[in-house]
This record gives sequence, C-alpha cells and structure tokens, in this order.
Amino acid sequence: MLKKQGMYLPEFEHDNCGAGFICSLKGKKSNDIIHKALQILEKLEHRGAVSADGKTGDGAGILIDIPHEFFVENCDFKLPEFGQYAVSNVFLPKKENQRDYCIEVFEKYLKEQNLNVLGWRDVPVDESVLGEIAAVTQPFIKQIFIAKENKDQDYFQFNLKLFIARKKTEHKIINSKISENGFFYLPSLSTKIIIYKGLLIPEDIKLFYKDLSDPLFVTRLALVHQRFSTNTFPTWDLAQPFRYMCHNGEINTLRGNVSRMISREALLKSEWFGDEIKEILPIVLPGKSDSASMDMVVELLLMTGRSLPEVMMMLVPEAWEKNTEMSEAKKAFYEFNSCLMEPWDGPASIPFTDGNYIGAVLDRNGLRPSRYSVTKTGYVIMSSEIGVIEIDPKNVEYHGRLEPGKMFLVDMNEGRIVNDEEVKETIAAKHPYREWLDQNLVHLKSIPYSDCPVFFDEEPLEKRKVVFGYTQEDIRSIILPMAQMGKEPIGSMGNDTPIAVLSERPQLIYNYFKQLFAQVTNPPLDGIREELITDISLTLGSDANLFDFNGDHCKKLKIQNPVISRADLDKIKGYHNPDFKVNSISILYSVEKGHNGLENALESILNEAARLVDEGTNILILSDRNVSYKKAPIPALLACSYVNSGLQKLGKRSNISIIVESAEPREVHHFALLFGYGASAINPYMVNEIIREKIEDHDINMDSLEAIQNYNKAIGKGILKVMNKIGISTLNSYRGSQLFECIGINTNVVEQYFPNTATRIQGVGLHQIEKEITKRYRKAYKHQEIAANLDLEIGGEYRWRRNGERHMFNPLSIAKLQESVRGNKPKTYKEYSKIINDQSEKLMTIRGLFEFTNYDPIPLDEVEPWTNIVKRFKTGAMSYGSISKEAHENLAIAMNRIGGKSNSGEGGENEERFYKDANGDWKNSAIKQVASGRFGVTSNYLTNANEIQIKMAQGAKPGEGGQLPGAKVNPEIAKTRNSTPYVGLISPPPHHDIYSIEDLSQLIYDLKSANREARINVKLVSEVGVGTVAAGVAKAKADVVLISGFDGGTGASPLTSLKHAGLPWELGLAEAQQTLVMNDLRNRIVVECDGQLKTGRDVAVACLLGAEEFGFATAPLVASGCIMMRVCHLNTCPVGIATQNPELRKKFKGKPEHVVNFMYFVAQELREIMAKLGFRTVNEMVGKVEKLNRNKAIDFYKSNGLDLSPILHKIDVADDVKLYNTETQEHNLDKSLDFDIISKAHPALFRKEKITLDFKITNEDRAVGAILSNEISKIYGAQGLPENTLKINFTGSAGQSFGAFATNGLNLTVIGNTNDYIGKGLSGAKLIVKVPEEATIIPEDNIIIGNVALYGATAGEAYINGKAGERFCVRNSGAKAVVEGIGDHGCEYMTGGIAVILGEVGRNFGAGMSGGIAYVYDNNNKFNIRCNSEGLNLDPVSIPKDVAELRSLIVNHYNATQSPLAQRILENWQSELSKFIKVLPEEYRQALIRLEKENLVKQ
Amino acid sequence: MGKITGFMEFERQVEKYDTVEDRLKHYKEFTEPLKEKELKNQGARCMDCGIPFCHSGCPLGNLIPDFNDSVYRGKWEKAAEILHSTNNFPEFTGRLCPAPCEEACVLGINEDPVTIENIEKNIVETAFEKGWVVAKPPKERTGKTVAVIGSGPSGLAAAQQLNRAGHLVTVFERDEKVGGLLRYGIPDFKLEKSIIDRRIEILKEEGIVFKTNAHVGVNVSIDSLKEEFDALLLCGGATERRSIPIKGSDLKGVYQAMDFLKQNNQYVDGKLNFKEILSAKDKNVIVIGGGDTGSDCIGTSNRHGAKSVTNFEILSKPTIGRPAQQPWPYWPMRLKTSSSHQEGVERFWSVSTKEFLGDDKGNLTGLITTEVEWVFKEGERPQLKELEGSEKKWDCDLALLALGFTGPEKTLSEQLGLETDFRSNIQATTLNYKTNIPGIFTAGDMRRGQSLIVWAISEGRQAAYHIDIFLTGNSNLPLKDDNDLPRA
Repeated sequence: MLKKQGMYLPEFEHDNCGAGFICSLKGKKSNDIIHKALQILEKLEHRGAVSADGKTGDGAGILIDIPHEFFVENCDFKLPEFGQYAVSNVFLPKKENQRDYCIEVFEKYLKEQNLNVLGWRDVPVDESVLGEIAAVTQPFIKQIFIAKENKDQDYFQFNLKLFIARKKTEHKIINSKISENGFFYLPSLSTKIIIYKGLLIPEDIKLFYKDLSDPLFVTRLALVHQRFSTNTFPTWDLAQPFRYMCHNGEINTLRGNVSRMISREALLKSEWFGDEIKEILPIVLPGKSDSASMDMVVELLLMTGRSLPEVMMMLVPEAWEKNTEMSEAKKAFYEFNSCLMEPWDGPASIPFTDGNYIGAVLDRNGLRPSRYSVTKTGYVIMSSEIGVIEIDPKNVEYHGRLEPGKMFLVDMNEGRIVNDEEVKETIAAKHPYREWLDQNLVHLKSIPYSDCPVFFDEEPLEKRKVVFGYTQEDIRSIILPMAQMGKEPIGSMGNDTPIAVLSERPQLIYNYFKQLFAQVTNPPLDGIREELITDISLTLGSDANLFDFNGDHCKKLKIQNPVISRADLDKIKGYHNPDFKVNSISILYSVEKGHNGLENALESILNEAARLVDEGTNILILSDRNVSYKKAPIPALLACSYVNSGLQKLGKRSNISIIVESAEPREVHHFALLFGYGASAINPYMVNEIIREKIEDHDINMDSLEAIQNYNKAIGKGILKVMNKIGISTLNSYRGSQLFECIGINTNVVEQYFPNTATRIQGVGLHQIEKEITKRYRKAYKHQEIAANLDLEIGGEYRWRRNGERHMFNPLSIAKLQESVRGNKPKTYKEYSKIINDQSEKLMTIRGLFEFTNYDPIPLDEVEPWTNIVKRFKTGAMSYGSISKEAHENLAIAMNRIGGKSNSGEGGENEERFYKDANGDWKNSAIKQVASGRFGVTSNYLTNANEIQIKMAQGAKPGEGGQLPGAKVNPEIAKTRNSTPYVGLISPPPHHDIYSIEDLSQLIYDLKSANREARINVKLVSEVGVGTVAAGVAKAKADVVLISGFDGGTGASPLTSLKHAGLPWELGLAEAQQTLVMNDLRNRIVVECDGQLKTGRDVAVACLLGAEEFGFATAPLVASGCIMMRVCHLNTCPVGIATQNPELRKKFKGKPEHVVNFMYFVAQELREIMAKLGFRTVNEMVGKVEKLNRNKAIDFYKSNGLDLSPILHKIDVADDVKLYNTETQEHNLDKSLDFDIISKAHPALFRKEKITLDFKITNEDRAVGAILSNEISKIYGAQGLPENTLKINFTGSAGQSFGAFATNGLNLTVIGNTNDYIGKGLSGAKLIVKVPEEATIIPEDNIIIGNVALYGATAGEAYINGKAGERFCVRNSGAKAVVEGIGDHGCEYMTGGIAVILGEVGRNFGAGMSGGIAYVYDNNNKFNIRCNSEGLNLDPVSIPKDVAELRSLIVNHYNATQSPLAQRILENWQSELSKFIKVLPEEYRQALIRLEKENLVKQ
Repeated sequence: MGKITGFMEFERQVEKYDTVEDRLKHYKEFTEPLKEKELKNQGARCMDCGIPFCHSGCPLGNLIPDFNDSVYRGKWEKAAEILHSTNNFPEFTGRLCPAPCEEACVLGINEDPVTIENIEKNIVETAFEKGWVVAKPPKERTGKTVAVIGSGPSGLAAAQQLNRAGHLVTVFERDEKVGGLLRYGIPDFKLEKSIIDRRIEILKEEGIVFKTNAHVGVNVSIDSLKEEFDALLLCGGATERRSIPIKGSDLKGVYQAMDFLKQNNQYVDGKLNFKEILSAKDKNVIVIGGGDTGSDCIGTSNRHGAKSVTNFEILSKPTIGRPAQQPWPYWPMRLKTSSSHQEGVERFWSVSTKEFLGDDKGNLTGLITTEVEWVFKEGERPQLKELEGSEKKWDCDLALLALGFTGPEKTLSEQLGLETDFRSNIQATTLNYKTNIPGIFTAGDMRRGQSLIVWAISEGRQAAYHIDIFLTGNSNLPLKDDNDLPRA
C-alpha cells in the first residue's frame, strides 16, 4: 500500500462495487450456486475496474455456507459434525518465520478461550492468475479449524469466544514489530459461513481458489462482491464480502460514526466479556475501509445479543422522522435507537448474512440499485443489475427491487422470504420502546420558560461586536437577510480574496477550515426537494452501554433545531430534572498572558470538563459571555473541538453533550464547524442581540422573536445544505464527523485540538492564532476613541471596499485589463498582470508564494507559437441563461477564432449555432456541458461537441445544485433548454445517474456512445482526496479531468459555499498529478485546471504543477466588459452580461477581439516564462515542479509557517514516464450492439425506409441506441428520422442506459426487462418495455425497469409494461411516458412532458416538479400522502382535452404492450377515469396562461 | 442594499438652478435642493457594485455605496455618520468637488452616473440642519502640540484629525479669516462663506486654536514655532500664480484672477475699503484660462455687470464625451460647462494671447491672439504650433489671468531649508508626509502642487495619521489605503 506522500493521503480512498447473492429457498446445496454467483460478478464486470497493470482487480470475493463434506474429505484431521466447529481462511505473512509467529499468537489466544485448534489446512491456490500488484501483496493463505469448548457450548457463546480470541490476536499482531504484520487477517470465522476473497478479478476467483471448483464444494447461498476503488492501491483484506456484510456504495458518515464508536467504547460493559472487553478495543481498527469498519461494528452489535436484522435496522434506519405511513411501534424503535446510534448513512446497498439470514438493506436515500428475482424453482437472485443470471421467463415467480430504507430478508432456516414489514414489526415489538421514550425523552419545547435571572454582558454591544470581529457587512449581508427571510443569502461570481492564512486581516479560526463535499464517489443530496429523508434534530445527554437494554438510553433532551435562542438556552440552564445536570464553563482567557494564557486556559477548560463529567454533569455549556478588558474569548471552535476530542481521549466523551453559547458564530459555516467538531446545540447570543438592536433601530421592521426564529431556521437549513453536500441526511450522523479540511494551520495545533483533520501545507500555530485574537481585541479596547470613526469596520469580504479585505479583481486590475484588451495594448496588459502576479507585498494566493527557479533560458522564438498555445485554452462553463446571448456567443466566436474551446455551460445550445456564420465566425461551443439538470442535452447537441464535459462539481458551490428562476427563462432560453418558458429550472445537487464511480463510468460510456469523436471531460473541484477521485475518473475512462479551484465563479450561490467549500487549485492539481503519476495513469488522461486563472504566470504555475489545458472564465468576462457587480443572480447586470433583460442586454459592449487579445496576452506572457525556464513546448513543461520554489523573500507572520513542499513534491518515477497525456483511452465501443444494428439498418438510416429488426439483448449491452442515434443526428440533425422508421425488438434484459439519447424515428422495444437509466436524455424515440408473452407474472406487480428512467428526456415516448424504480421521469422535460407503478421521488424536478402512472407511486412524488403534467391512477387513495404537494395542483381529470390526451396515451400503451391493466382501465373507462388525479405544477399552470396571452398578443 | 432595480427606474436628477436673470442679482448660492423623495430615488440608483469604482475614484475613499444606501432607506443620520468617517468637510466637497467618483461610477459606463456629490451635500446639510454635526472634543489630551500652517482644506482636515487624537492644535493663517482658497478663491455663489464659518465654529469648540493674520515666516517666526510645538505641518498651498510674460502684461486692466476673486469675496464679506477696486462693470472682460478659476471669474464678472465676457483657453476644445485614451473609470478631460458659463460668456479654445494692447495712459484696451495647434508625437511632450495668419485683435478693458499656479511660495522652504522639487513643491512622500527636517510635515497643495479640495482634505487626514504616529508611536486615526484610482 502506498504511503502518504506529497499531497496524497491514503485515508481518502473510496470504493464502489458490484454485489449480489443467490440462495436456494429450499435449502438445496450445489456447486452451481457458486458458479452462478460468480457469474453475477462477471456480468457486472463493467461496473468494476482494473489497474494500470491490466490484471489486478480492486478485489472480489464470495461468501458461502461451510462446505462441510468437502472439508471432511480434504482435511488431514478429523472434523466434528457441521456446526460444531468454526473455520476460516487466514491471511498470513509471506515470510515463514513471521507466519509461524502469527499462528502461535492466534493459537495462544484461542487456547486462552478454551478453544481447540483442530488443525490447519493449506489452501490450494493458483498464483499464476494474479496481476503484478496483487502478487506483491498476496498473503499466504491457510485455513484454521477450531472446535467448540465442548459440545454443549451454545452457538452464541462459541462465537463470542472466537470473537475475543480473534480480536486479541489482531491487536497483538498489529502492535507487534514484525514487518509483515499487515498481512494477518481473517476474512471470516464462523461455524456457518466461509469467505474466499482476494485481489482478483471475478473470473479469476475460481481459478485462484481451486477449492471452489470441487464438486463437493456446495452451498445453499452465495454472497459475492467485487470492488471498484478509485485508485490502485487496494489490499487483500479490503476485498469483500466482510464477515457479515458487503456493501455497494459508500458510508459518508464514516468519520463521525467511527469517532462516536470510539467514544462509546468507554461505556461498554458486559458480563459475557468481563474485563476482556477492554482488550477487544478498539472495535473499529484504524485505516480500514468504510465497509470494513461498519462490519466491525455489526460484529460488536451481534455480540450484544441483537439479531442481524435488528443490527441492520439500527445502523441503517429508514427515514422515519417525517414518515406519516409508518407504524407507531416502528417509529418508536427508530427513535429510541437514534439515542444509541447515529445512522451509518449511505448511499449504500448492503447485502448481509450470518448463514441463518441472508438479505440486504438499502439506505434511506435509495441511491444504489438492487434488483431481485424469485424463481418458481425456489431460488432468490439479488444483484445490482437484472439479467445477470438468465432465467426462463416462465420460471419467474416475481421481480422485485430493494426500496429505500427497506430490508429484503431470506430466512434460510425457514426457507422463506420475510417481508420488510414483518421482520421490522417483530423487532420493534421486542421492547416497549414507546413507553421508554414517553418516560424518559424530554423535548425542549415542552420545558417551560425559566424564570431564572437573565444574564446580560456588562460590556456594551458595540465593543463586543469588535471583539468578535463583526463588520457592518456581516450584519447587513449575512445576519439581517436571514432574520428577514429565513434563508441563507445568495451571492454570485467567484471568490478572489486571500485564503485565511494569507490575509492580513485577523481571521476567525473558522475561515481556516473548508467544507468537504461529495463528488463522483458518492452523491450530494437535495435536502430541499427530498426533505423527508433529512433530519436536524439532536438529542442531548449521556449515552449508555450498548449491551444494556432499557429505557435509560433515551434519558435525553431532544432539540428539533439545535440552533437555539437565548430563551431556549435559559430554559435548559434552569431545567430541574435529575436526569440532566447542566453546567457551564467559561471559555475566556486572560489576554495579558498571551499565547500561554490561551494554551493554559484550554487545558483548564478540558480539566474542568472532565471534572464535571466525573461529578455527573451530562450537559456542558461552553460560554464566551462576559468578555472584558482583561478577558478575551477563546475561539469557540477551538474550545469545543478540544473538549470534544480531549474528553474522548479520556474516555469520558459519551457521558456528556456540549452546548456552545458563543458570540462568534454568525454564518452557516461557523455553525457547521461547531457541529462537525462536537457541539450538540448552539446559541449565537450575539446574533440575537444584533437582531434585536436592528429592530429597535428600525433597520428591519418585524417582531424580534420571529426574526430570531427566522435566523435560526435559516442556519438550520444552511447546515442541512452543508451536510447534503457531502451526502449526509441527518445531523445526528454529521455531528462530530469533522468533514472539513484545514488549510493554513500547522500540524501541532491540528493534532492537539482538531485531531484527525487533514492539514497538508501547515501554517499558523497557536501563537499566531492568539495574535489574531488580540488584534481584534486591541481594536475594541484601543487606547483612545476617535470621533467620527465608524464603530464597526465596513467589511469588504463579499463586495470590495478600500481598507477591507483585498480582492484580486479590484478597480485597478479591472481598469488595466479592460484598457489593454480594448486597445490591444501589451504594455497595459503587463501592468495588469503585474498587479495580479506580484504578491511580494500583498499575499493573495498560494501560487503567489512561488517563484520560478532553475532558469535555463532559450530564445523566445524557439518557444512554440502563441497560436499553438491558445489551443489549450478554454473559457469556463457559463450557460446561456446565466449569461446573455450576446456574452455567450461572444466567447464562442472568440475561442473558435483562435482554435481554443468555449463551453456551452449547462443550458443547451441553439441549433443555429452549430453552423458557421457567413463571415466565417462560428458560435458553436466546442465543449458541451452535461450537468445534473441535463438542460438541452440531446443526441444532436452531443453530436455537435468536440468535447463533452460532465460537471461533477462547480468551484463556487461544489456539492450543490442550482436554480434558474422562472423569470429568467424567456422563450428563447426555454427553447434552448428544451423546457417551458417562465417555468423555473432546478439543477439537482447530484447527477441522478451518478451516485458512485461505477455510474460515472457508465455515463462516460453513454456519452462516448453519443459522440465517439468527442473527448469526455470530467470536472472536479479541488479538495482533499481529489487525487484519488481523479485516478478513479481516469480508470472510468474519461479523456480529460478538470481540477477546478474553489474560487471559480457562479451565477448564484449561497455565500457560505462561495467562501468555504473546496480548496485552491494549487492543492487539488498537485494532488491529482501526484496520484495519477503514482498510479501510472497520468499518460491516459489530459489534466486541465481552472479557477481564477488570470495571467500567463498563473498558467505557468498550473502547468508546472501538472495541468496541460487551462480554463478561464471571470477574466474573459472582464475582458468582455464585466465589472464584477456580483448581481448575476439578480438579473440586473448593468453591462449586459449576466442578464436576460432586453434593455440591459443592449448595453453589452464586448467584442470577440477583446477576448482574443486577452488569450493572446496570456499566451505571450506564458511564452516569456517558458523561454526563461527553457521549455520549447507546453508538453515539456507539464509537471516539472522542480522549476518552482518557495519565494523566500516573502515574510509575513502568518504565511511563514506554511510548508509548500507537499505541493512541490515530485513523484519518483523513471525518466521515461510521461507526465502528460500520451495515450487515448480504450472505450471498447466496438463491442457495442449498435454496430450490429447499424450494419443491418442501412435502408432505414440512409433511405428512410421502414424496417424492423430483432436482436437478443443482455445486461452487458449498455447504452443501446446511443451510437445509432449519433449516426442519425450526424445526417439529419435534431430532426432525426420520420416516426417509426426503424423498429427494433430486443429480447432479454437490457443493460443500463437503454435508449440513451435515442432520437426521432427509432422505435425500440424490449421484451423482457431493463436496468437503470432507460431513456436517459431521450431525444424523440419511442421506447417500449413489455413482459414476454410466455411469462406468468402480473406485469403491474413486478419491477420491469430500473431506477432513474427518462432522466433529462427532452422528447419521445415510453411505454412500460410494469413497475419502475425510484425517480421515474426525473427532470423529464418533454417525453410522454406510461408506466404501471413507480418508486419514490417520481417526476422529481420534472419541467415538461407527461407521465401517466397506472399504479402506486412511492413517496415524495413530484418534488421540485415545476412543469409538465402527471396523471396518476390512484386506486388505493394513497396518492395524497405520497405526493410532495408543494406547488402542485391536484385535480380530477375533467377537462375534455386532458381526458382525451390521457385516454390516447393509455390506448397507445395498450397497443404497444398489450398491458392487461391498460385493458381493464380502458374497458371501464368512465368509472376508472374518476380514480385519476391530474398533477399540474402551479408554476407551469401560470406559465401556460402567460404563454397563451402572449400568443394572443402576437396574433 | 440599495434598490436593486433603482438604476433602471430612475433617471439622474440634480439640483436645478435659479434663472440666470435672478441669480445674477446676488452672490448667494442659487441651487434648488431636491425633495427628500427625489433624493432617495437618486440614492436608489446606486447599484451596490461588487467593486464600487467610485469608492476608489474618490481620493478620500468615501464609502459611497454605503451612504447612498442609507439615503435610499431614509437613514440620514447613519449616512452622515458614514460620510464623516472619511471626510471632515463634506459640505465643501459636496459643493465644489469635480467629483472624480462620478466619473468612476459604474453606472456611468453606459448611463448617467449616480449624483454622488449632490447626495453628499444633502447628507451633510441635513446633518447640520438636524443638529447632528456637533463638536466632539477628545476625551483625553496627549499633551502634545502641533502647529498647522495654512487653514485651507488640508490644514483644517489635519487639524481636526490631530485634535481628535488628543493633540493640541494651533492653526496659523496669514489672512484675516481662515479657509485659504475656500474663502478667498471660491466665489460665494459657489460656496457661501457662512458654510465655512459654521464648520470653523465646531473646530474651535473642539479645541483647535486659530491664529489669523499670522503669516509664518513673515510676521511669525518659524523658529519660534519649531521651539514651541512638538510637530509642524505645512499646508500653505500652492499659491504662486502663473503669469503671462508678454508685452503689455503690466498694463492697468490686466489682473491675476486671484486678486479679482479675493477682492470680490472680501467685498461680499462686507469689506468696503480697497486700495483699488477691480470691477468688471460695463467692461469688455476677457478671462484667460479655461479652468475653474476662469469660470469663477466669468460668474463674478457677470454679477458685476460686465458688458461682455470672453474666455480663452490655450488647449484645444475637449470633447463632450470621454476621450478614447481616457476610458472609464479614469478621470477624463472633457468639456465642462459650469453654471457660470451658462450665465453668459463666449468661449474660445486653441487660443494663445500674444500681446496686450494699451492706450497711452497705460490702460488696457485690447489684446492680440493667435490660434494654435497641438502636435502630438509618441514619447514627446505635445508641441504648440501657432497657425500662421490667425492673428486676431480683441477689444478688452479687463483681462483676468486664470492660468493656474506654478507651485508653493518659497518663504517657508527657504527659511527652513526644506528640500523642494523643480516646481518648488516641498518634498515629502505619501508614505509618511515627512519633510527632510524631523518633526516637520507637509500636506496638500504645498506637497503635491495645485490640486483639488478633495485631495487636500485627503492629504490632511493622511498626514495627521503619520504625525500622530510620530508623536505617540501609534495611532487610532483612520488611514486610507493605496487603492486610489490612477490617472489614465
């Protein structure tokens, strides 16, 4: 395994997987099950990946029943009966002496537990199948057989002893000094099951483990798994399945979960373990994967006597909080358990088994596919995809899918499937959970307001504001908008201020932390539209022992929104209840004692906290009230995190909850950090006071209680958003999770006060932090008051002000840049670039700290010409819609003139622009973006791209979606985006077809199919771990990976995101380059960089750090006339750039030559640097970090502590290893079924003759129709072929993305079923999925297509003869679809088209639906509760036009599929019609009215 | 902040003037203030820019978007507070400043800019009216003393700042009353002198001592000041007038504009006995020099009742719009038409005066001019070329020379041995405003040469900060940063 080096940190590895199982309900054992199970993996191979050696997989494995007969036959010692012994494969060191040592230790501990080792068996393996990397790390594998102490020892006791012995052995060996201690590992140790796994690709498992092919090797069940990790440093022990579970997805909340588990360890007590419980700790071994860690917790919970299903319910609860359909008992179970355990939040599909039960759960979001089939012959097959095992349609009993939060369980002993309801109700009835809750759980709102004296600070508010660093801008731009509107304020454009450690202004410690966010390996969430799965309530009080079962666990104080008002805090302080002992600690320090005073105060706070815990305090308030001339506040985050981590080290953390009472927190980021570092509730008392003051001053006119409540609500929502960014839905899981990276604080401080937080380039120490506190402090307590000075500084963080924070774009730099490009003045450009580049006096960026070195000058004319260089330049992704037509086309023309690339952004593109203008100019954007809203993404759009960019994240707001308000969607924009005028458009936070890396790989495959000539570019945002993600992206076969800085621009973003999420590109780019080089993947992929690139020097630094292409957005806009108004979100751009107002658009004065001049100047500046350094071409220059040095002349007290060497770290590779892209990715498109189709479809394609073709199809045939449509678009453009020209019938199970981007004239029918993403980006084709005639299943009761059907469809029809999974018609904007039942989140974000649902819908139907119509057949009157009716009109279908439309669609459906359900409905049309509900978004209704009026006017 | 769509809804609206007929009857200000609602609308036009270039274009760094917003919201007191935090005398700049802020206003790129200056004036006038402008003497005194020489805007600004920091400040003024050019150079119809008096009263109440008729270096010994005070700040202005060394310049009837204006201001102030009365009544007046001073002479001459008023400017006629080489947001040289111009004048550009003609009594009777052309060559100073055959004779009884100033008078620099540049400006940099003699500072026109009032106030404020540092080692006085918008 590669070690931490440079920017690379191993803990940021991710994995995603294919998983599945087969079992025989009838208990029939066979070797064939193994064979079939492994076949599942082989058929899922497109979901996996191989390393650069072309052979090593990321790991795969199989879990089966213990093949007793086989072992009896093959062991040279006698085995007792089945069940009387345990067996496991044991991974051992390669070196014999070390191996012996491990065996000896294990045997010793087994003996200590009175267990007998029956013998060891060498496991026969064929090493020849291993890849290079796998061979290096291959352990020596033996099997151990262990007998029970005696015959009567029960199963539980035996397991317990095995567990203790194994744990002790593991700890002993890990802590030993032997060099190969990492090899020792037991995949399982059980009397029922055994696991064979390794760093193998699926088809080699059988070959490697010879046992598996033996006919005696039989099982009733087989659980299989293959891993797809983002990088190539996998290890054998992290292959799955684990002992009880495997996992497809990612546990986002892992850090918090593990940290909380460590805290809980101190409370563990059990008579079964006695003192030995201490020796099995830590429960979760450090450095393991998320699934491995979760498995270890599952194992512990099983030892408490809980059943495996109960454990899974506890760890992966349903979204119960807002579920109105759930039974009281079950809710009580979940609520009770939420006091014990926070959710291990997905996205995860988790198959599990202990040999008695086999099953799977899906997390509350339901973001992983899990399909199952039950056969009439008694087999259950579950897998990520359907069609992996061929089943005769006649043999199918039914097809199902795992639903969000639901459990699918097979009781192997009873030989039956236990449905979710049954298993959960049984478990929920085991204890009187509701009674326990009623007796013990206290709700904050039920505590009466206290009459204890209210505390007031003595110092005047004005002074205290200064102490805590408030500015007028904070109050005006942050606090008041939240108080007034209950929402976080929005801003626009990028961030161009220095990061905290480079700022001369004293910074709050919060600013040194950046929020982590999800990209690629897991999806961010949408807490607004999918509110029902979110929860921000927390419970306060002490935790209890997991081994106990009683009501004490819920002796807690529950707070619905843990951002509380002063009155709430007073209630808690004054609350009399023996279960809650509340105490405060002051977090002030004596300012005259300086740095030592701060350090000592932190120590005494921790000591005091520990003492209070010992005395029984279980709610601790950390308060910075009462600052004075002598006492300065310790940053609340510092104090909170230190108490949190310090108490954890002392084993006291679980006894207590922390409330922060602080004047510091004011913006969302502050609160998120406090929760992230351990707080359970926060009272921002200063904000409360400021709001009251502003009301008294009549700055805002409202009731103060309401205003404070609004503010608290806004913060609550904001935190939800921050959590959602990293894919977490509950604050309970987020609390203490430390999902932040630190930038600019040194390791000493981080290790001491913020342990386990990444900080990679060092920075300030406690001394400088204290200096910043005192700087603020001195301002408040200055030696004299000067008349006329403002009490508070004006600000300048968001909008430039003199004497405020510095901005790169300021009056002078903008004036110079505009003057230079307009007048084509190289000299003026140089003045501009000097302002940006020379930071010797004024630090702005990390690159500003570098200087070039190792000069080796060559004549300038030997450097490649600027015309070559600008081909590597791109303009940023800004959609037509966010910017005006004029500005958008101006960029396109300019970039086409010089052979660079402009980017369409997420807004589609008018087809007219695909053709050149008469004067030779071309408005076509070379790069077409595919973002989560998929606006305007059609086959023809993709066909006209040179490069297709998948926007995974955006620098300004990574992990968030976007919104184009209806007012901005004028008819022209609507046309371009294939949407309805005046209907608002939402870009969801995630791509709904990318929840993991394997999905990204699928989308790349889809897009590559849609345009084989275009490069696929994946846009990522710099954060810790981005290198690992980039490696995964390279393995997913992207052609280009873009690393964006956090500071990039936006048309609209919450202010918190603009500033506090993501990192400067210098870090991300260096990490990506290093990781790619380490993995030998760099030559496979082009690396691009953007984010506030402004000059040739910026480009040079990016190039030396590893980039070979470069994006610019803000600077070319400024060149076009932008003056950084930062009102893009308001549609009032006064220079006609970011506006759709026709009057304002007239003011646009930019010209293509301005942009061309800018690019020319930048290229020339780069060439001059290249000449100095001795590079003739950019390729020579890429990754040559040795040409960069720290500029030692820069001397600033804060930046002096920075260590930039990790950024400048050069990976040690052979000289001939290329540091830039030299190879093209192998996409394997030649195997696509489409080529068979095309070869037979010539008459249709070229002569428009109507023909019909027949094909067989399997789940490995993916994106069928995309290449075909690409060919059609190339010839016929968007128009495609005439309707029904080419009819194709497919028999079998279609792979993912069936009919993706399928265009006009195609009629594609699947007889069988399909996987996820059918009709993705449907561009006019007709899709039909129907049940084979010979099948006996009732279509409407069976899942026939997967999740996320018709995502972003713009036109066409779909008739689905059965049920669909989650998110049917998500972001549909034009397709008409009929389906017979759907899962959760149906028609989400839909903006147009029609969805007819002839059956039950899941929860949260129509969330964010702003357009289109849905007709829902509500046969059981459940629709009302399932529908997210915000903004929707629900009416009977009564207008004749509607009735006719609905009927004709059902008739079509019947004609296409012969659906019995459709037939029934049509036969009883009059009575059935009354059961239909028409869902019409209000916004859409109004838009239709407006359009009608406008049409009248026109006529 | 502001009204988001204000700039699209409201047009620029400035104060109206009384009719020419009416205003020529007196020397008082003649503007008609906007109504409060109208002012709020003007405030609403401010766009709350991400980068308020105005704020950079203002040499004081006035927090323009912030006070505009307050005005829009009707928070006049707050606006006054914000305004005074960067500007000691907004009542002067609000009337007299050529408003580089408005030239840098973002709205000015393609619309009429925000009426920043007028808003400023209204804020401060409202503040005076409501009694919000009151003396705020420092709570504690440092015991340090500073002499400020010169009571123009830079000296006054420095004095107030230093006094706020607790130092005891004495201002020396050689004239009878304080104010420098404000009082003696600017006609009352642009700045009524009660406006200055009103402010001086407050400065006095705050503890500043004024000594008038105290011409340092003439009737007050500079050495005694050096002895007596802990620091000296020289704010004597750049009062050396440019003359015109041509034939006939000593004729009776050829006067320096400053003499003419000063006398008129003294007259308006009630002084009646002059050695020689400079009146334009019934005369053919020619004002030479097309700047602000020239404009003031025109306005004054018309009030005197001149027969005709003619104005010459040697430079070529500027364009009404921005010249291409002076793009937004830079300060442009463009054609300005002041209220005085509107009152009646014939203006000529590219005119060079060659000779004054007189009668045998030595009285001016006319003058001779030629037309000129400017020749621009890359990298060279523009050359003046006379156009042959363009000579012209003009009748003239009163010629007023409004040709600007060459630099400070040399009395102080010579007596003290201060280093100066070729323009006689006293050498000191904006890093600390220190002259070559420890303890002696200089600011305003005396340091930078002839400039704007707004620069004078700015320099005074900045110098005060550095003097405070010099005296006490640190300072809580505000210091503006170096984000001034440069010239094109």
